[in-house]
Amino acid sequence: MNPVTSTPVSDNIVEIDNLSFSYGNRLLHKGINMRFPRGKVVAIMGGSGSGKTTLLRLIGGQLKPSIGEVRVEGKVVHEQDDTALYLLRRKMGMLFQFGALFTDLSVFENVAFPMREHTDLPESIIRDLVLLKLNAVGLRGARDLMPSELSGGMSRRVALARAVALDPQIIMYDEPFAGLDPISLGVIVNLIRRLNDALGATSIVVTHDVHETFAFVDYVYFVSNGQVVAEGTPAELRESAMPFVHQFVHGEADGPVPFHYPAPDYQQDMLRGTST
Amino acid sequence: MAPVLKTLENIGHKVIDGILRLGYGARFFIYSLRVSGESLRRFPLVIREIYFTGVMSLIIILVSALFVGMVLGLQGYNTLQRYGSSEAVGVLVALALVRELGPVVTALLFAGRAGTAITAEIGLMKATEQLSAMEMMAINPIARVVAPRFWAGVISMPILAALFSLVGVFGGYLVAVQLIGVDSGAFWSQMQSNVDFRDDIVNGVIKSLVFGVACTSIALFEGYDAPPTAEGVSRATTRTVVNSSLTVLALDFMLTAFMLH
Repeated sequence: MNPVTSTPVSDNIVEIDNLSFSYGNRLLHKGINMRFPRGKVVAIMGGSGSGKTTLLRLIGGQLKPSIGEVRVEGKVVHEQDDTALYLLRRKMGMLFQFGALFTDLSVFENVAFPMREHTDLPESIIRDLVLLKLNAVGLRGARDLMPSELSGGMSRRVALARAVALDPQIIMYDEPFAGLDPISLGVIVNLIRRLNDALGATSIVVTHDVHETFAFVDYVYFVSNGQVVAEGTPAELRESAMPFVHQFVHGEADGPVPFHYPAPDYQQDMLRGTST
Repeated sequence: MAPVLKTLENIGHKVIDGILRLGYGARFFIYSLRVSGESLRRFPLVIREIYFTGVMSLIIILVSALFVGMVLGLQGYNTLQRYGSSEAVGVLVALALVRELGPVVTALLFAGRAGTAITAEIGLMKATEQLSAMEMMAINPIARVVAPRFWAGVISMPILAALFSLVGVFGGYLVAVQLIGVDSGAFWSQMQSNVDFRDDIVNGVIKSLVFGVACTSIALFEGYDAPPTAEGVSRATTRTVVNSSLTVLALDFMLTAFMLH
């Protein structure tokens, strides 16, 4: 287990300490601790609706924790004012679940967008940089297409090129594999690892695809019922005897996470039905 | 007793929700103004939106103006000739358009044509996480997406209203002079001597500016506030038309009351 105490200077680029977050009355996270060391690819796994995506939004400062804190490079995210928060975000890139490409801009302009907004680079350099990024995801030839003309896998690759447009130090992936065919999936897996290592960045991957993820990440956090229930390297977790991890890793329908939504006893329920 | 209480409770909730939304809307409006500096410095952004909101609304507004002007010509002549003052039809057409119909009908058409487009576009940008993506790129979506559209609407509306009045007067001229045969000289000279620049034209422009602010900010707020679902966006679009129309008509009454002292 990671130590809960922390020092301002550390090898972890992102640290989450004792974080609780509630949506309305629903407590989504209760006391989460996580560490994301520089240069690593770390996965956050858990069932649908376990608040994994919300964690990314908390790291990006789009949401504020109810208790606890998220630190990026030692800075407490929710205590930053708008200007400081925006400076912090310039070090982050995020790949949204369905790409979130700007539908009114071409592929080229989508990737150029953060550069045009944040830099005063001349057009010729922007062109070179965009082509470089697009080449890295294999879509240099698709630069003139509009987002509506792209397949799901291609959109995500363009979005990835856009997310790394300003060479971020932290890249966050929200369900990068959802709805992809096996070939596109392999391409994305490969890209996440390669970009992370080439940029010397830290990647945080939110996902529930066990096999694809275990094959390429360095460390895994399992989240369930708002808590970190297990963590470790993929090899450690594969051997884990913990019932939840076992169920999740092996994709069993019933176990600690029950197949049935809470309901009264089946037999009694049926009998009651016949008597009315 | 219980149903009565329930109804009262519901009414109370509706009122509170309405006031809350009004407050959110006002804060959204003020915040958009505060971050407008950047979009005004990058004026090409605003020009692009003027094209989408203003220029693309031209056809519906000009065609409507022609018909409204022609109907005014017919109705005006019909009534005025009973009192033997059919030459005054020019004045009637011009005053009706410049003071009232120009700004009001333009605003209603604008809400239907451009307002709905703005709401749907921003609602869908939100539903597909494009606004979130912008935030994560350290770009303020209100400054980058909302403010340019706001200024585009505010700039477009008076120009559209002026064009509406112009084409409307031409429609009235077609019917009254060309079709019915009212004397052309009388038509124009009476119009010229009876339409006052300060009291009629400037007041009309002020109205259309106010309507521009109201329609555009309602459309933007409804889009930004829409639940990120298909149903949410469709409801927001409807609300844009309903709220803009009611607001324009209510504001028109208030402004007219002030302008006529």
